[in-house]
Amino acid sequence: MSEKVLMRGTHVIGEAAIRAGCRFYAGYPITPQNELTEYMAAQMARYPGRVFIQAESELSAINMVIGASMAGARAMTSSSSPGISLKQEGISYLAGQELPAVIVNTVRGGPGLGNIAPTQGDYFQATRGGGHGDYRTIVLAPYSGQELADLTVKAFEYADRYRNPVMILADGMMGQMMEPVVLPEPIDPVTLPKGDYILDGAKGRPSRLVKSLYLDPPVMEEHNWKLFRKYQQIAREITTWEDFMIEDAKLVIVAYGTCARIAKGAIRRLREMDLKVGMLRPITLYPFPSKPMKELTLKVKSFLVIELSTGQMLEDVRLAVEGRAKVHFYGRPGGVVPTPDEIAKHTNLIYHRQGLEGEDYE
Amino acid sequence: MTKKMIFAGFGGQGVLMMGYLLALSAMRDGKNVTYLPAYGAEVRGGTANCTVVVSDEEIYSPVASSPDYVVVMNKPSLKKYEGTIAPGGILFINSSLVDIEPNRTDIQALKIPVNELAKEVGSDRAINMIMLGAFVEKTGLTSLDSLEASLRYVTKGKEKFMEINKKGLIKGSEFVKRS
Repeated sequence: MSEKVLMRGTHVIGEAAIRAGCRFYAGYPITPQNELTEYMAAQMARYPGRVFIQAESELSAINMVIGASMAGARAMTSSSSPGISLKQEGISYLAGQELPAVIVNTVRGGPGLGNIAPTQGDYFQATRGGGHGDYRTIVLAPYSGQELADLTVKAFEYADRYRNPVMILADGMMGQMMEPVVLPEPIDPVTLPKGDYILDGAKGRPSRLVKSLYLDPPVMEEHNWKLFRKYQQIAREITTWEDFMIEDAKLVIVAYGTCARIAKGAIRRLREMDLKVGMLRPITLYPFPSKPMKELTLKVKSFLVIELSTGQMLEDVRLAVEGRAKVHFYGRPGGVVPTPDEIAKHTNLIYHRQGLEGEDYE
Repeated sequence: MTKKMIFAGFGGQGVLMMGYLLALSAMRDGKNVTYLPAYGAEVRGGTANCTVVVSDEEIYSPVASSPDYVVVMNKPSLKKYEGTIAPGGILFINSSLVDIEPNRTDIQALKIPVNELAKEVGSDRAINMIMLGAFVEKTGLTSLDSLEASLRYVTKGKEKFMEINKKGLIKGSEFVKRS
């Protein structure tokens, strides 16, 4: 095992991607993720056969990734919210053509140009597709330096295994924070198995076609159902979450990424006050851990969703619990990051109001 | 044991480097650490700050509601952070620039005239290392030896900066020992 290093989140993603065998990176600058593009510019050049391109726009970056992926390279692009919006067309094409790719979104304030502070306002865009058409993107939500490294490696694995775009949903805080990280063992891209769909010259074999255009509706329908079956398989196989102090919990916080980190600090305080509070932390946002959440309603009747938004994952939690439990919400949008104290106070209030008449009053 | 701390001052005073070096040293000592720089449209002369957490346990929140230690390198930082310090905490003040007194009586305030001490060291740019030397001497969160080793790691390829920074660390530490 290699030793711990102290690295900022954006650099961890970059190094982990390189070690995962990322052979192609194209990006276009935007704060707060420029350190990732900068890192790739410096580091990719150190390895033979790897390509770094600063594209002329987000659009061309994502389309370059499509090309690299088609040719069989592990490919990645990164941006922040407004830039990710621009990449949506390409992500839809990746999904339609069933091409693997890793897209990193270091979320900033929005809508529009917003600001450069950490928020979770892109949850809908990330988990609901963002681009056009009947498709899904695998979405991973790291909450620590170590997870940034581990999930970046997983992102490439999932992308290849399911031939599907994978998004890493971080935010300004995850990107800037430094934590000790044990970096993954490097993989030589040459040793990775070649996909049976890649376009690398048809000499000695029948030619292949990678496309998303199916003009005949029944054929398109079958393609859509095929994708759908794939998404069901993905949900069965890779749905991941963390249970934190839920054994005896009377109230369960649901939070991901940065927010989950701060909520853990709040839970530590609340536990010291003898409040039975736990947390279910989704690590995959798509597929969403609906099943464990639903099962939890057998013993937990109060959930508190905490997000750096006005309430987006909230909808998935409500869908998951199917009215079997009360779902509360606390949100700080716009780049305001709550303190553990603030979350503890709010949770305390809801905890003690459980089961009281007029509980709806907030 | 979990200790949370904030380093704050003007951009250009080396505030982020102070936090980074402390986090790096504590990590190399075997502790868990988080280092969270404030990230805005930062410019030289603007405000800069970072939050560091050092712990023997898993660190949950890298954000500090009520830090145990606060280092203020300028006046606006004193105004911003004095109220947040946990009772019994320590406030480190750059008394060369901060000419107002803290209001809190339930915390310990330590004044370090870093600019004057920097003149004795021979470089104005050593002010952050002087403060860090003082900070570590007082809090015991890491050792001077550890800081020096981390400094050597950070200045790799720029060895000419090693000597002056090391002098700064020792100067700050000695100042606290004497006072």
